[in-house]
Amino acid sequence: MITFDNVNKRYPSGQDALGRVSLEIERAEMVFLTGRSGAGKSTLLKLLTAIERPSRGTILVSGHNLNRLRNSQIPYYRRNLGIVFQNHQLLFDRSVFDNVALPLSVAGCNRRELGRRVRAALDKVGLLQREKQNPIVLSGGEQQRVGIARAVVNKPRLLVADEPTGNLDPQLSAEVMQLFRQFNAVGVTVLVASHDLKLIARMGCRVLSLEAGHLIFDGVPDRDFAKGPA
Amino acid sequence: MTSTSRNSSRPAAEARARKNGAVTIRARSLDRLYSWGWHHRQMAIEAWQRFFTTPMANGMTVLMIAIALALPAALQLGLANFQRAVAGWEGQPQLSVFLHKRASEAAVQTFADKLRLDPSVAEVTYISPQQALTEFQHSSKLGDALASMEINPLPAVLLLLPRNNDRDNLVALAERVNSTALVDSVVVDIAWVQRLAQLTTLGQRLSIGLAMLLALGVLLVVVNSIRLHIENRREEILVAKLVGATDAFVRRPFLYTGFCYGLFGGLLAWLLITVAITLLSGPVRGLASLYDSGFTLQGPDLGDLLSLGAGAGLLGLLGAWLAVARHISAIQPR
Repeated sequence: MITFDNVNKRYPSGQDALGRVSLEIERAEMVFLTGRSGAGKSTLLKLLTAIERPSRGTILVSGHNLNRLRNSQIPYYRRNLGIVFQNHQLLFDRSVFDNVALPLSVAGCNRRELGRRVRAALDKVGLLQREKQNPIVLSGGEQQRVGIARAVVNKPRLLVADEPTGNLDPQLSAEVMQLFRQFNAVGVTVLVASHDLKLIARMGCRVLSLEAGHLIFDGVPDRDFAKGPA
Repeated sequence: MTSTSRNSSRPAAEARARKNGAVTIRARSLDRLYSWGWHHRQMAIEAWQRFFTTPMANGMTVLMIAIALALPAALQLGLANFQRAVAGWEGQPQLSVFLHKRASEAAVQTFADKLRLDPSVAEVTYISPQQALTEFQHSSKLGDALASMEINPLPAVLLLLPRNNDRDNLVALAERVNSTALVDSVVVDIAWVQRLAQLTTLGQRLSIGLAMLLALGVLLVVVNSIRLHIENRREEILVAKLVGATDAFVRRPFLYTGFCYGLFGGLLAWLLITVAITLLSGPVRGLASLYDSGFTLQGPDLGDLLSLGAGAGLLGLLGAWLAVARHISAIQPR
């Protein structure tokens, strides 16, 4: 599903955000990406979502070589991804429904299909009753669930989340993780960047740990993981 | 999710079966077309609605556009009216040959016949003193005063239409005719015809120049307004791009907004001119009647409405295009 082959990312400032990272994520896997701030988590996600391009190395996502993606093809590539942001990136000038519908209207989905799928996504995250409200009146946890509904509404094969529980309390964080697990259970590949080591340890999934732009751990952690990666 | 490499330019082009049988639903091309049209309609409606959410700011922009368009349009219309007003006087320059009052009728006829044979003269019209008097009495309403005069003070006149209208020719012909003993004086009414023509040309050039400058002004007003709109919706543009919006999709609402600005500006310009013409038409009619003319001001017609609306709309669209071309591609997720 995802292959990083000797990927290096050097920013124009000369700083190496990622240095020769190679990794492989299988289809329908659920993987956590962890590391301190500045370890390269965000850079890795930006490369994966075609916000940035690698300086060296190859990135393959379901067979597509991202290096060779032309700028005009990037929108079509992104339509295969679901992206969840830490600050959820909702638009407060429109209803919950319209927020969730955005990826579908962008992709040119027909009206009937759009309504059906937006409601299915909202139902999945338990916010069907809120579709007409403005997301500004929702709680932080609900807003994040709207963000997740928007990420999954176009039924992506790959779901990428950047610190999705960053602003949530442990209870809500667990709920959000549960949602990701449900999507993973129906075959969606899920990659979650997080620094909540306790939560990650409880999930029992594969973990990729970055430090200073290098992959220092790849595997399912044991119970001591929460105390800090090896 | 096959692991084979695909060269498809659009990764979303086809549906692929997944492990558990769920299928990633893709919009079919017909759906896309339908939804493209739908989005266009939606954006047009939205542009219209957004326009009235901030009526003050948008109204001001539209008024600015309208004034900038009304100025050259009014000038053009004024010129057209002026040309219509002087249409009766224009045309070929002619020579008025005033003959000596003592010239005999027979001599005058011979002279006229001689002129008719002249290769540089196209037409000769003889107006006898009696004819001239009658005409004068008729048009000047001084009939009684003239009738009381014992002798006719008016000379016989020959009106010559030259075959060749260029200035040197006319002057040469006038001199030649003037040198004849019968002739008292020759008046060439060419100078003011030429002046009028030059003035009209000057007016037209000025109005075209002004129109071009003000069209540039309209363009800049629209570019600036659209730039502000783009800045205000920056966040929305970023999110849309992150979920796979193409530049064309993001551009669309702004293009419609620019078109709206232009269109409303054009229509308002038409309205301004119509109101101005209505206000002016009374005094102009009064003035024309003093000059014994039935001239009335002609206001802008439906054709002008259409061309002003469409032209201004296109100008707005162009302005919006310039703004989005510069600013939308610069907004990229970071």
